Amino acid sequence: MDLAYTPRQKAFRAEVRAWLTANLPAEPLASYDTREGFEQHREWERKLFDARLSMVIWPEALGGRGCDLIEWLIFEEEYYGAGAPMRVNQNGQLLLGPTLIEFGSESQKARFLPRMASSEDMWAQGWSEPNAGSDMAAITSKAILSADGSHYVVNGQKTWSTRAIFADWLFGLFRSDPASSRHHGLSYLAVPLDAPGVTIRPIQALNGKQAFAEVFFDDVKVPVDNRIGDEGQGWHVAMATAGFERGLLLRSPARFQYTARRLVELYKSHRDVADRDPGIRDAVLEAWTGAEAYALSAYHTVGRLAKGARIGAEASTNKIYWSELDLKMHETAMRILGPLGELTGDAPAAVEAARWLDGFLFAQAGPIYAGTNEIQRNIIAERMLGLPK
Amino acid sequence: MDFTFTDDQLTFREAVSRFLMTEAAPERLREIWETDTGRSPELRKNIAEQGLTALSVPEDCGGLGMDDVAWALMTQELGYYAIPDSLADAAYVAAGLIAALPAGTASREDWLGRIADGSIRIAVGHPVNPLVADANPANLLLLAHGDEVHAVPREQVEVESNASIDLSRRLARVRWAPAASTLIAEGEAGRALWAQTLNRGALSTAGQLLGLAQRMLDLSVDYVAQRKQFGKPIGSFQAVKHHLADVATKVEFAKPVLYRAAYALAHGEAGADARVSHAKLICGDAAWQAARHGIQVHGAMGYTWEVDLQMFMKRAWALDAAWGDRGFHKARVADAILADGAALGPGHTFEE
Ligand SMILES: Cc1cc2nc3c(=O)[nH]c(=O)nc-3n(C[C@H](O)[C@H](O)[C@H](O)COP(=O)(O)OP(=O)(O)OC[C@H]3O[C@@H](n4cnc5c(N)ncnc54)[C@H](O)[C@@H]3O)c2cc1C
Repeated sequence: MDLAYTPRQKAFRAEVRAWLTANLPAEPLASYDTREGFEQHREWERKLFDARLSMVIWPEALGGRGCDLIEWLIFEEEYYGAGAPMRVNQNGQLLLGPTLIEFGSESQKARFLPRMASSEDMWAQGWSEPNAGSDMAAITSKAILSADGSHYVVNGQKTWSTRAIFADWLFGLFRSDPASSRHHGLSYLAVPLDAPGVTIRPIQALNGKQAFAEVFFDDVKVPVDNRIGDEGQGWHVAMATAGFERGLLLRSPARFQYTARRLVELYKSHRDVADRDPGIRDAVLEAWTGAEAYALSAYHTVGRLAKGARIGAEASTNKIYWSELDLKMHETAMRILGPLGELTGDAPAAVEAARWLDGFLFAQAGPIYAGTNEIQRNIIAERMLGLPK
Repeated sequence: MDFTFTDDQLTFREAVSRFLMTEAAPERLREIWETDTGRSPELRKNIAEQGLTALSVPEDCGGLGMDDVAWALMTQELGYYAIPDSLADAAYVAAGLIAALPAGTASREDWLGRIADGSIRIAVGHPVNPLVADANPANLLLLAHGDEVHAVPREQVEVESNASIDLSRRLARVRWAPAASTLIAEGEAGRALWAQTLNRGALSTAGQLLGLAQRMLDLSVDYVAQRKQFGKPIGSFQAVKHHLADVATKVEFAKPVLYRAAYALAHGEAGADARVSHAKLICGDAAWQAARHGIQVHGAMGYTWEVDLQMFMKRAWALDAAWGDRGFHKARVADAILADGAALGPGHTFEE
């Protein structure tokens, strides 16, 4: 155990910090759940990419910087610590990206990854269907290979696809063997959202914005080259992606440490009212201890990975931990704000332009998306503790 | 930056675990519970022969010179097998205090040598604990009088036993009078020793609580896999699964906090107090939840004397308040994070 950063790691931190100081947008960007905000975020991503800071852990040839996971943690600490914008393309970058690196052909990697790193291509996820939520193996959307084997014909519907109305591409699972059931006979496809036969209908989310969408496929032709991994192996390929999602990458600890720091500041500047509720101080302490525990766990995991360990079912503990922590922190902020908590961003009396309220709303979704926390508990019990199905 | 243990450290832990598995099986603990002293000279002898009493003693005094980081693994094993307080208190907490005395302090080398070979029992009376664990069977007691540290032979103190619900804990109120002959440190030096000793005691307890949590989880998993109701193992019911998944999650996230605290202590970091308190709180919380969910999934069996769970549960309940209760440790965390200019947030997990 050696908890000192190397000179190289320190230099990298300093470089990222200096770049962010010089380049952070002067004004907060508009919400990326709006068209305007989405495009502002795309521009920001381009800037990051040009500085080779968009996907630091990807190989240089694919638009990354070849950093190891410790450097990635450092990058995230600087990024979130500086209050930099949310990462609009992260579902592609963090979920599809690693899958392509593991399962994609060389030509697919060259075709998709650099444009994903620069956010010229924005990606939406297409797993859920109206009747396949937690039970993702119930997917019925079909992708049938044409007689000449050149393309799939896709029919069916996906739903809850985050920011799909603004995105360029969708990746997800489709049933390529119509006679198959459950986990078998699924293929993993990348579908251009401007293809003929694709209809996208926005869904208004809790925050009133068109944050996700239904996507309908009506005889959509998808070239066979857009299949990632082997025909019928989609479930296996997707599980690798889901593992990454639940695991470290999607929610780096810095994000929660940043929220915890803001919460401590909020509490300190509102003690006159906050201390009337004796539970609040406790909850504030737990924000710091919780975020710190999550960060320590990440460093421990990264160290073990570097020594050859693999993330297994314990990734499911991560998902539960960060989503409950995030919720608890935002609930605490709402309790501190009291009667000002309900005010929306355009209300003149709103505190911090209602940032806590926005976060509180989104935190409600944390225990639901990326596999609900009940499903994660099932996974922990069955695969980590070995309890019977 | 490498926040993991070496293979040697992990192998050592494995070996300790295998040793205690046979030496400190639950039936054996029950026998010891029933004795008057609550201590087994034979177990103690075997533990000393295995070298476990010598871990913290500096190498030039016949020990292995292991640091707090290695103890973070050891104490989990001590907790997992519910080894009584006397071992960690003497071999880790007291050894740490005595080793920190200036070289040449009278008896220092003698005490350390005897800790290493297991021939001395030392009890530690830190003011944060109203009662002293294992005062009665001790040969020597380290006691506080203000900032002063006194090393008092057992014959010079009066002890009054106070029974604990955890029969592995033998607590006593100690009456004694400070004398020049027993004084080993005072003033600034004494204050620093007590502060360090508090952190070691808390860290030792935190590690044991985490080991206890893991043991209760393992016992519960075994139980729900074999107990059947409605024609199937109760472990196949989701309510039961989720109780135990929650414990597993708490245990997972407590581990690295314990390790970070041990490192802070070993390296004398300025923020060590808050790190240690964090570890104590999170490990205590994991242990209490493991106890509550553990007894729940055992049904009435969990409420019996007969089922082993009770031994680990009671120890968890007791240790949660030893070496600083939750209020004490929360106050220390609050002091650190609510202070003006506190280094919080991303990037401060390992550096100020
Ligand atoms: C903000 C947000 C963004 C999202 N983005 C995307 C996206 O981009 N792409 C995409 O494909 N999907 C997305 N989703 C959908 C998400 O993956 C699903 O909501 C999730 O998988 C749960 O499915 P469901 O909503 O159908 O709930 P259901 O499966 O109907 O579950 C409802 C409740 O029942 C519980 N339940 C269900 N089955 C079990 C079981 N076996 N054991 C115990 N409890 C059970 C659940 O835990 C939950 O509490 C998003 C969701 C949200 C909220």
